[in-house]
Amino acid sequence: MTALARIRQRDWRSLTRQQLFWPLLILVALLLFNLPFTPNFFSIGVRNGHLYGSLVSILYFGTVPILVALGMTLVIATGGIDLSVGAVMAISGAIACRLISHAADQNSVSLVLEAMGLALLASLAAGLFNGLMVARAGVQPIVATLILMVAGRGIAQLITSGFILTELSKPYGVLGGYAATVPTGVFIVIGFVAVAAVLTRRTALGLLVESVGGNAEASRLAGVRAQRIKVMVYLFCALCAGVAGLWNSSSLGGADANNAGLWIELDAILAVVIGGTPLTGGRFSISGTVVGALILQTLKTTIFTIGIPAQANMVFEAVVVIIICLLQSTDFRRRVARLLRPGAARGRPVGPVGPDGPTAPDQRPAQAAVSPESVEIPS
Amino acid sequence: MTTAKIDARPAAPVPVWTRLLRDPRLPIVVTAALLVVMYAYGSYRYSFDQQVPANLLINNSYLIVAAVGATFVILTGGIDLSIGSLVGFSTVLTGLLVTKNHVPVGLAAVVVLVAGALGGLLMGCMIQYFRVPPFIATLAGLFLFRGLSLMLSKESIPINDKTVASIAQFHISLPGGAFLSVGATVALVVVALAVFVLHYTRFGRQVYAIGGNEQSALLMGLPVARTKIAVYALSGFCSALSGLVFVLYIQSGDPRAAIGMELDAIAAVVIGGTLLTGGFGYVLGSLLGVLVIGLIKTIISDEGTLSSWWIKIGTGALLLLFILLQRTVTARGTRTTR
Repeated sequence: MTALARIRQRDWRSLTRQQLFWPLLILVALLLFNLPFTPNFFSIGVRNGHLYGSLVSILYFGTVPILVALGMTLVIATGGIDLSVGAVMAISGAIACRLISHAADQNSVSLVLEAMGLALLASLAAGLFNGLMVARAGVQPIVATLILMVAGRGIAQLITSGFILTELSKPYGVLGGYAATVPTGVFIVIGFVAVAAVLTRRTALGLLVESVGGNAEASRLAGVRAQRIKVMVYLFCALCAGVAGLWNSSSLGGADANNAGLWIELDAILAVVIGGTPLTGGRFSISGTVVGALILQTLKTTIFTIGIPAQANMVFEAVVVIIICLLQSTDFRRRVARLLRPGAARGRPVGPVGPDGPTAPDQRPAQAAVSPESVEIPS
Repeated sequence: MTTAKIDARPAAPVPVWTRLLRDPRLPIVVTAALLVVMYAYGSYRYSFDQQVPANLLINNSYLIVAAVGATFVILTGGIDLSIGSLVGFSTVLTGLLVTKNHVPVGLAAVVVLVAGALGGLLMGCMIQYFRVPPFIATLAGLFLFRGLSLMLSKESIPINDKTVASIAQFHISLPGGAFLSVGATVALVVVALAVFVLHYTRFGRQVYAIGGNEQSALLMGLPVARTKIAVYALSGFCSALSGLVFVLYIQSGDPRAAIGMELDAIAAVVIGGTLLTGGFGYVLGSLLGVLVIGLIKTIISDEGTLSSWWIKIGTGALLLLFILLQRTVTARGTRTTR
């Protein structure tokens, strides 16, 4: 092997080990996959004073999954999980729509702001409940948030009295509509992602979140207020879900307590995992999560635009999800590499990429040991 | 439990009540006690007759079967989100085989059970060999089986088969004038078998060992891979069986049946005192958990004036009550497992 080839091989390997490499590759592949079916997939036009096109609709409908997955990322980074986000979405939308639909003047801006404020306060209360249950009472996160997942939808139905509340407020419609030809949701998402990224990557907060996720007890002994950090991430997650609930009810023009945010927790967790954040906590990637949520939304748009029959939707989605999970699994890639190049792949342990690389309990300790190769890769 | 002491001083005697409080089986006793209290309240307020406890078993038989499968998975520290979808898939498959293809009912049942077990096996392989987290692998299963059942049939398939109808209407009389359905009997047999397997067989001990510490189980030489895959296959089998019981209950194959049932099953397992981190819990606890949830539904529907969403709020409140109770009762005795 010549020196040049060796360098190239090493470059390629360090590229494939970048955290964002696989998710971005999948996203680009999914987008390109659409071209033969919809030739104008990448074209963006202006109609009725706002942008339209497949890419715009991916961003438009991506608002909810990205927002919810963003909050979920930080929760999962602390080793937790939040199953109640769908119920929180339903509660927040229900409160806002109830207040607006019962008011005399639906178009009053102060009314809309007040309704949104109250809805977000309720979401924060839900987040506080989750956070205290997990951090103070020490309940396992799945169980703690299962309570609100079950009861929260009931509470939302209680607020709407079991009806679908519709509202016709113009100022409220802006939230789920378009502002300056661009979907308002895009601005909201950019704002939330920017705030989260700056807070976690420009301050020590992200490091603290990761340390709590890595080992809550050790970080407490090291002087990190682990409980406070945990409560904070559940609050942030509920706030994201609350805003997503407001956006959802605004874009629909009403609140449906039964179906608002139904199964969004599953989508969000999937997006987080596809984005390279391991479910075991201790590590997270906000950019990965955004890409992961965009992958899921692109997949849904793709299913719609290439005209797969409605019944086959879920099977197609499941198959793609399974393929994505397998592609991200280091063990799967190692096995495939061994199959393709018998002999060559032996003694070449794969570095710490993928959702479950270094943190999952590995059954082959000898192979899982950090190799000199994986040390030189900047993470 | 006593630990070996090196120094010669006699160990301070542990008071009886402290030992009782620290017993990890206490949550199950508490669940049983609450079940009795709730039942007493219900029978005082609505004058339950002797058929009410039997109906509790009959109406929740499918959930009991599914919760048994979920208990095995949760005992290994995993989770199975595909239960509801597999139940729906099983009802549709049964409906298609019996009404469209005129397969004998017995054969159709065998096919459905094998399909369920195979589905669980595939998810188990994904989890064990490719290290996909159980949450994600079974989530993919949730989408896959719901999608497959919608592909098989968009509409609900009524099952007008004579054999199915006669099995569904067959009653086993109990002393005192009450009766059990075939589904309820199946559920009780499944619970009994699960208790036997978990506590009296090698497989059961392996399940507990893996849930306690997978690494240790592996170093002890236990067949971790085989056991973990078997557990998911078992859960798939239980879901399929639950689907068959559900078919007897609704006498049709509905692709939208049992949506979200996995949450009921998991809630029942949690109320029954099984730790979601694995390694500790009892099948009988899950049975009690299902009965508690069923009793809430009975009481709320007997109340009549309460709307359906109070069932959700009530289940959530009860879940909260049980969890906090278990936490306060066992907080000092057991290690805080997260």
